[in-house]
Amino acid sequence: MSLAEINKNEVDIVIGALNADLTQFLTSWGPFFSGFHLIVVKDPELKEELNIPEGFDVDVYSKTDMEKVVGASNSTMFSGYSCRYFGYLVSKKKYIVSIDDDCVPAKDPKGFLVDAVTQHVINLENPATPLFFNTLYDPYCEGADFVRGYPFSLRSGVPCAASCGLWLNLADLDAPTQALKTEKRNTAYVDAVMTVPAKAMLPISGINIAFNRELVGPALVPALRLAGEGKVRWETLEDVWCGMCLKHISDHLGYGVKTGLPYVWRNERGDAVESLRKKWEGMKLMEKSVPFFDSLKLPETALKVEDCVIELAKAVKEQLGSDDPAFTQAADAMVKWVQLWNSVNSSA
Amino acid sequence: MAQLYSSVKPTPMLKDELDIVIPTIRNLDFLEMWRPFFEQYHLIIVQDGDPSKVINIPVGFDYELYNRNDINRILGPKASCISFKDSACRCFGYMVSKKKYIYTIDDDCFVAKDPTGKEINALEQHIKNLLSPSTPHFFNTLYDPYRDGADFVRGYPFSMREGAITAVSHGLWLNIPDYDAPTQLVKPLEKNSRKFDLPLRLPILYVDAVMTIPKGTLFPMCGMNLAFDRELIGPAMYFGLMGDGQPIGRYDDMWAGWCVKVICDHMGWGVKTGLPYIWHSKASNPFVNLKKEYNGIFWQEEAIPFFQSVTLPKECTSVQQCYLELAKLVREKLGKVDPYFITLATGMVTWIEAWEELNSAEGTEAEAPNGKNE
Repeated sequence: MSLAEINKNEVDIVIGALNADLTQFLTSWGPFFSGFHLIVVKDPELKEELNIPEGFDVDVYSKTDMEKVVGASNSTMFSGYSCRYFGYLVSKKKYIVSIDDDCVPAKDPKGFLVDAVTQHVINLENPATPLFFNTLYDPYCEGADFVRGYPFSLRSGVPCAASCGLWLNLADLDAPTQALKTEKRNTAYVDAVMTVPAKAMLPISGINIAFNRELVGPALVPALRLAGEGKVRWETLEDVWCGMCLKHISDHLGYGVKTGLPYVWRNERGDAVESLRKKWEGMKLMEKSVPFFDSLKLPETALKVEDCVIELAKAVKEQLGSDDPAFTQAADAMVKWVQLWNSVNSSA
Repeated sequence: MAQLYSSVKPTPMLKDELDIVIPTIRNLDFLEMWRPFFEQYHLIIVQDGDPSKVINIPVGFDYELYNRNDINRILGPKASCISFKDSACRCFGYMVSKKKYIYTIDDDCFVAKDPTGKEINALEQHIKNLLSPSTPHFFNTLYDPYRDGADFVRGYPFSMREGAITAVSHGLWLNIPDYDAPTQLVKPLEKNSRKFDLPLRLPILYVDAVMTIPKGTLFPMCGMNLAFDRELIGPAMYFGLMGDGQPIGRYDDMWAGWCVKVICDHMGWGVKTGLPYIWHSKASNPFVNLKKEYNGIFWQEEAIPFFQSVTLPKECTSVQQCYLELAKLVREKLGKVDPYFITLATGMVTWIEAWEELNSAEGTEAEAPNGKNE
């Protein structure tokens, strides 16, 4: 599949603006965003006006727009990094590609700029293979295939729900890890896309992600909010929680989640040591989440994504609610999210 | 923390703790290329086919060699579990080894080069893989977090960052990939590379990663470039009944891989895949391969759901116990698919009996009259 085969009309690029000045960001992505429709969602807590250069087909949503669509009380669901979820909500497209506003295109080992948008769409358009591990990774890419011993009945794969990209320069490490190794930068370009096997849990990062909105849109839940959640990734877990839900639901419904290419180049933002000073409750919440997801079984009757989210929210409330109020809030947010999704998307 | 496993310190050679097991039917000329990397290790050569043929081993290697006559002599009636006219016979080498680690490699595999042109020391990479932990319980999106330059990503639970012990290191191949016969027939010219120099990808498919295959996930284990902790998982590395007199071939390593993964998952151990690459030079005849694989292609459709649904009872606390339990289940459940599986289940039990005999404290020492120390 090549650039010529991507249908740009099927894609929305959703950018959560936590920085007011998007000039450098959009200019550097210009060649790869060209021809696509963009949705820029401004963090409702950001006071300054957004600065968006000319030449893009873009719809911008700010706090007032959010409140018109979801009501004033619900706009808090979309603050900080979660503002992008509003973009997912109002999009009408099949695929969403979402990149943090502190990332620019990376270069591959040959020095070519990586077209992350095209790579994500290629990942989403090709089947995933979660039921059996292929040791040559993505069997559908040029020059690779299924290896000896790969069951033939599984070679047509399953629909791909999400494509999780990676990061050169500043990898998505947590605050303690980055604070310990302040000079550490990720220089390893691993030239592979692979499907994360069914039942395997992973930390999905929101920094560089794409998904099939038509397939799993409601499963991208803006739910888990850390007390004192900040405006740097080290001070959030919303994407990791969202990813755990998304993976679990994808596994349940028989879809696949891919990881690997494309890379983006991630820049300096914030200070890991500063972030460490905050009480890092994210660690505790993850520890509690893992055994929960590990043992969770969604009912066989949950066949639609929305139903899966509701069932998941119920289980979160029952099993994790007493551990931490953040979980109860997450469960409530997940239910509210499905309601909003249904109301916004049925009136379309 | 992952940094404890940094290779700032040189990787230990483990030359007294690792045996290299090589099955062969022709010659061992390929060892010349591996000399700088293998010369300090002890080799166990398992000669398949006609035992009267003399296999030439390049001068300077320390080895023991076993042909079919030796296998029959050492195992007696239990030799029935060791395949004949198939590289599956290599597992005899695992059984007679006295070392902690095994590296096994095919005699048509050569030293590969990485994208910078540097020769890859495959054995050293396997050792690094085995000596550092695995992460089977939670997938790390930056792959092996214990490699230099990598680490755990945000959201990776701290309680899991010590990882699990690594039982197996599964390496890959450049040039001729490990495809089955139907794929070989459809893609005769393809090497493990990209035909077109797309701006998004490198021309040679060298994937610079090692990763742990998650718990609960099966994979096709290839025996061409494989290392494992023999003391840990050795008894499960039976390569089955293939070749002469058997209705199937080229599924020896696959069978071992499914058994090994189920048992590693049960025991909480990790299986890694990825680096190192070796250069696979010879594409075997796809028509010959098709005849060998034919039954396997159908039987794997039954075998895989079987392995995916197996649960080993928690009373199985040793690998041998797990393996005998598996043999019982193979007989019960897969015996219905074809009587071959009943023969195979018997072979599995015989293998464990032979393993115990050769590896218990009072067990007979395997005599290899064809060994040499230089």
